[in-house]
This record gives sequence, C-alpha cells and structure tokens, in this order.
Amino acid sequence: MPPREGTYGLLAEFDTPSDLVRAAQQARHDGWRRMDCYTPYPVEEAAEAIGFHRNKVPLLTLIGGLMGVAAMFSLETWVSTLAYPLNIGGRPTYSWPAFIIPAYEWTILFAGLSAAFGMLALNGLPTLYHPLFNAPNFRDGATTDKFFLCLEALDPKFDLVESKKYLEGLQPVSVVEVEY
Amino acid sequence: MATTDLKPKDHEIDPATGEYRVIAPGQTFKSVTEKIARIVLTPHTPLGWFALFGVGGAVATFLLVALTWLFLKGTGIWAISQPVAWGFAIINFVWWIGIGHAGTLISAILLLFKQSWRNSINRFAEAMTIFAVVCAGLFPLIHIGRPWLGYWLLPYPNTMNVWPQFRSPLLWDVFAVSTYATISVVFWYIGMVPDFGTMRDRADSKLAQYVYGLVSLGWRGSARHWMRYETASLLLAGLATPLVLSVHTVISFDFAVAVLPGWHTTIFPPYFVAGAIYSGFAMVLTLAIPLRKFYHLEGLVTDRHIDNMGKVMLATGFIVAYGYGMEVFMAWYSASHWESFMMWNRMFGPMGWSYWVLITCNLAIPLTTLWSRKLRTSIPYMFFISIVVNTGMWFERFVIVVTSLYRDFLPSSWGTYRATKWDYMTYVGTLGLFTALFLLFVRFLPMIPMSEIRMMLPGAKITPKKVAEAGD
Repeated sequence: MPPREGTYGLLAEFDTPSDLVRAAQQARHDGWRRMDCYTPYPVEEAAEAIGFHRNKVPLLTLIGGLMGVAAMFSLETWVSTLAYPLNIGGRPTYSWPAFIIPAYEWTILFAGLSAAFGMLALNGLPTLYHPLFNAPNFRDGATTDKFFLCLEALDPKFDLVESKKYLEGLQPVSVVEVEY
Repeated sequence: MATTDLKPKDHEIDPATGEYRVIAPGQTFKSVTEKIARIVLTPHTPLGWFALFGVGGAVATFLLVALTWLFLKGTGIWAISQPVAWGFAIINFVWWIGIGHAGTLISAILLLFKQSWRNSINRFAEAMTIFAVVCAGLFPLIHIGRPWLGYWLLPYPNTMNVWPQFRSPLLWDVFAVSTYATISVVFWYIGMVPDFGTMRDRADSKLAQYVYGLVSLGWRGSARHWMRYETASLLLAGLATPLVLSVHTVISFDFAVAVLPGWHTTIFPPYFVAGAIYSGFAMVLTLAIPLRKFYHLEGLVTDRHIDNMGKVMLATGFIVAYGYGMEVFMAWYSASHWESFMMWNRMFGPMGWSYWVLITCNLAIPLTTLWSRKLRTSIPYMFFISIVVNTGMWFERFVIVVTSLYRDFLPSSWGTYRATKWDYMTYVGTLGLFTALFLLFVRFLPMIPMSEIRMMLPGAKITPKKVAEAGD
C-alpha cells in the first residue's frame, strides 16, 4: 500500500531528451529502480534507460483476437446449424467459408479493443489525479517541451536530502520535491 | 546545369537527418505546440469559421427535411423501383465509405511503412474517416425502409426466434462497417489522448482544463506509458490495415456475389479498394488545402505533403484505370452476350453520358496531368483535381449501380432511373453534415497530432555522444 502523504518523489527537469536519457541511465546504473521518465513524445531510449523493455499489450491483443474469432465463428455455426437452419439454394447449413468474413471482422474488432483498452488498463489510466501534477513545473513542460526524471520515495535508496544532492549531480535544470 | 538542378534539392534536405524535409525549418517543440493548441484554445473563433459552419449547417438541414419526409412516407419518395432497386442510397454509401478509407490508409498503412510525412495530416484524415463513415452508415440504415427496426440486422436472441442469415454479403457488410466505425473511433481517440494532455496543461479557462483533463484520462507522458501506447498504436495500425482492405472488399461483394452482368466479376475487390483510396486522397486534399491556408499551417502541411498525395492518387488512379480496362476486356473475352451488351449499353446506351463523365474525371484529367511535378505542387490545380476526382468517383458508383441494373437480361423488364429531389436533398444534406462535423472537429480538437510532430523535429534526436558522457 503506497503512502498517501509525505513525499512522492523528487523531480528533475531537463531541457533535451539526450540529457534525460543520460541521467536516467546513470540513475539506473547507480542502483535506482523506482523511477520514471516523463516526456512530451515517446522516447524509446528513456524507457530502455529505466529498464522497461517489454509490455503485455501484444499478448492482450492476441487473446482478444482469438476470443473474437472464436465467439463469432461459434455463433454463426450455432445459429446456422441448430438455432435457425435455413436452406439457401441447397447449400449446407454449415457453410463455413461464408462464416469466415464476419469472424474475421470480429477478430479485428476484439483485438483492436483489447489493444486500446488493455493499454489503458496496464497504464492505470484513467487516473485523473496524480501527485506529479502538484509539481510547479510539471504541467507546464511535461506535455510540451521539457523532459523529467522522477526518483520515487518508494525506492529503498530514497532519502530526501541525499537523493536531492544526487539528482543535482546529474546536471538538471531544476530539482523539486513532489508531495502527495 | 547540374548545379542548378541540385541547388533547390539541397534546400529541401534536412541537414539533421539527411532526408527530405517535411516540416518547414525553424520549428521547436514549443512553437509547434503553441501553433496547434492555439487554434483550439483561442477564445476568438474566426468569423470565417462561423460563416462556413452556418453554410454547412444550413445544407445539413436538407438532410433533416429529407429524412423527416422519408420517415413519414417511406422509400417510395426516392427514385428506386424495379429494376433499379439500388439508387442513390447505395451510391452514396459506397462513395462516402470509400472517402473514409484514405484516412485509415494514412493513419495505419503509412505508419507501418514509416512514412513520417503522414504525421502532419493523419489526425484530420482520421477525422474525415469517421465523419465519412457517419454519412455512409446513414444510407443503408435509411434504405432498409423501417430504420427503427435496424437492430434486426444484429444477431441477438429475440422473441421471434429468428436469426440473421450469415451467408449474405449484406450481413457481412453490417459486421465490416460496424467494426470499421468502432476501430476508427478508438484509433482516433487513443491517438488524441496525449494531445488532450497538452491541451489540458495549456488551457487558460477552467472549463477547457476540466474537459480536456477528463478526456486526456490523466495522461502524464510516463516513459512506461509511452512504450505501451506505441505498441498499442502499432498493433491498432496493423489491425486497421487488413480491416480497411476487407471493408471495401466486403462492400464489393454486395455487387460481385450477385449474378448481374456488370457486377458479377472478380476484379471488384481490388478495384473497389483502389478506388476508395483514390477518392479518399482527393477528399483529404479538398479539406487540407483550405485548412492550411485558413489556419496558416503551411509550415506543417507543406507543399511536399500535397505533392506526395498527388503521387498516391496517380498510383491508385492507375489501378482504377486497370479495373476499368479489365471490365471492358472481360466483357469481350468472356464471350458472354449479356456482358458485352452491358458494356455497350454502359458506354453508348441512354445513360452513356455518365460513363464518359467518369472516364473524363477519373482518368482523362488526373492521370494525364498528375505526372507533372509543377502541377502537383500547384495548390489551385491540386484543389481542382481533388474536386474532379471526387466527382468522378461518385459517377463510378453511379455507373456501377445504375447502368448495370436498368437493363438486365430481359428487355421486358428494362427500365430507367431518374433521381428525385429527395434523393438529391439527402445526398447534398450529408455533404452539409460532413462539413459541419468537420468544422466542429477543427474548432474543438487538435487537428494535427502534436506529439507526433514533436518526434519529427531536429530537437527530438538523441545524440549518442551526449548520452555516452554518462561516466560510470
């Protein structure tokens, strides 16, 4: 259970993505684990630097797609053979080639929805409140043109004074304390 | 000679990347964000916007009137009858949904091909897709005669104990189009979430902060979030690509599965898809050219974008031309009396004029002139071409639907087709609805994806040297 009061972490601001990646790599190297980077556009190197390599979105998408194809194909089969068999020009009731098309569409539908909503769920979104929004410089820059590194208080190495000194050694523009 | 040839090209190559510049030089993260966000966040709506919205809204009222009368009287107010049972409703349906396909092509297929120039135009191309699908979806729904029973198309347990017939292309259409609409909306919305975060943070008014904050879902740009987001976007693009190809393929099955001469052909799926992209790019141009002028976005939607779209139109135009050629060839090569009569009738029968309008608008004008780089970069000419191709593609669907139906096998069952004023009002009304929806989009949503534009700026490059300075 994360603490709901006190310090969330320390937020260092950088001007360029290269500075951020350098600082994040350094922090990771020095043993920091509970940290995150905040950038106004995807910076793959930043995710690499904090040790985030893989995610589960593709797996969720695959599961969604399989569910979609299974659901529609079995619905079609059940409807056409058992629930409401129709003789259309003497064709077999189980005319599977025709069933492929709606099943194909539902594969894409379920896979797409799983990708989108799975991504949001894994990201923990929607979260309308986050402590970082309390930082005075975060909202001005994080979605526009600034790059941030946050060392979180949950990391065992965290110490308000020491960690602040450490972050300042990474040559940021500024370091601020973020409160819950 | 050689130096004069090289000089203008050097100017167009970005020294930072060694590639062709797609965004005007001198832009920064801040300037791009300001430029795009200001259009939406400004409290001053331009007067021209109100004027256009007024016109669009006024035209959309035609649709309201036509639909009201339709619901009161039934589809008898349209010109559809035997033998032409599919008239304007199906023509407009296919035309609109085809227009939508370019948006998906730009947002999905060009993303997979790493064509970064698309970043400037993909958002409003996607918006165009959604509004085009809205207009398209309306037509089959009102064409079924009793639109309030439209939900009968869906498979659901009901007290009548009946189920839809899954062997029918018309039912395949229900799934194709509804999936297409859903995935397009989701892709569009997910694409906007980070930009909504920017809007939330840049908005001055409390209301805007609140609303954009809500729709941004609390986006804060975490590196972990971005990676999952990028994966999801790529997967959605990978899913939307086969989807967009399947949608127009399924629509072409509505025709190709029938035994009617002029419809019963295997060339339809690829030729429909190419035609859809052809008309869609034309519509993107029709929208992009006035937009970039009106909002001074020439630095982001550059002449290079217009040029590239011209090239895509040239390529898809030739696929369409091949389709037309094949139809004529097969009419002769099949040695089928009905096929060759259909083609003769299509070209020289009482409605032959529509075939020649189609050939002029889709082949004669664009495919001869789009070769010229000078004309492709001439903005007034490209606007003109976009209107010509949109007209031509509408006539293509008219030709396919009407000239195949009105004279089929038995001369005793021949008829004719003359659209009524209600047909025209419904069609023109959807143009108004589309315009009005698009203007609302331009006013309230960021029409150019800011986060994707930032990725293309020179400042976004990670310098390995600077990173390596991290001593250990």
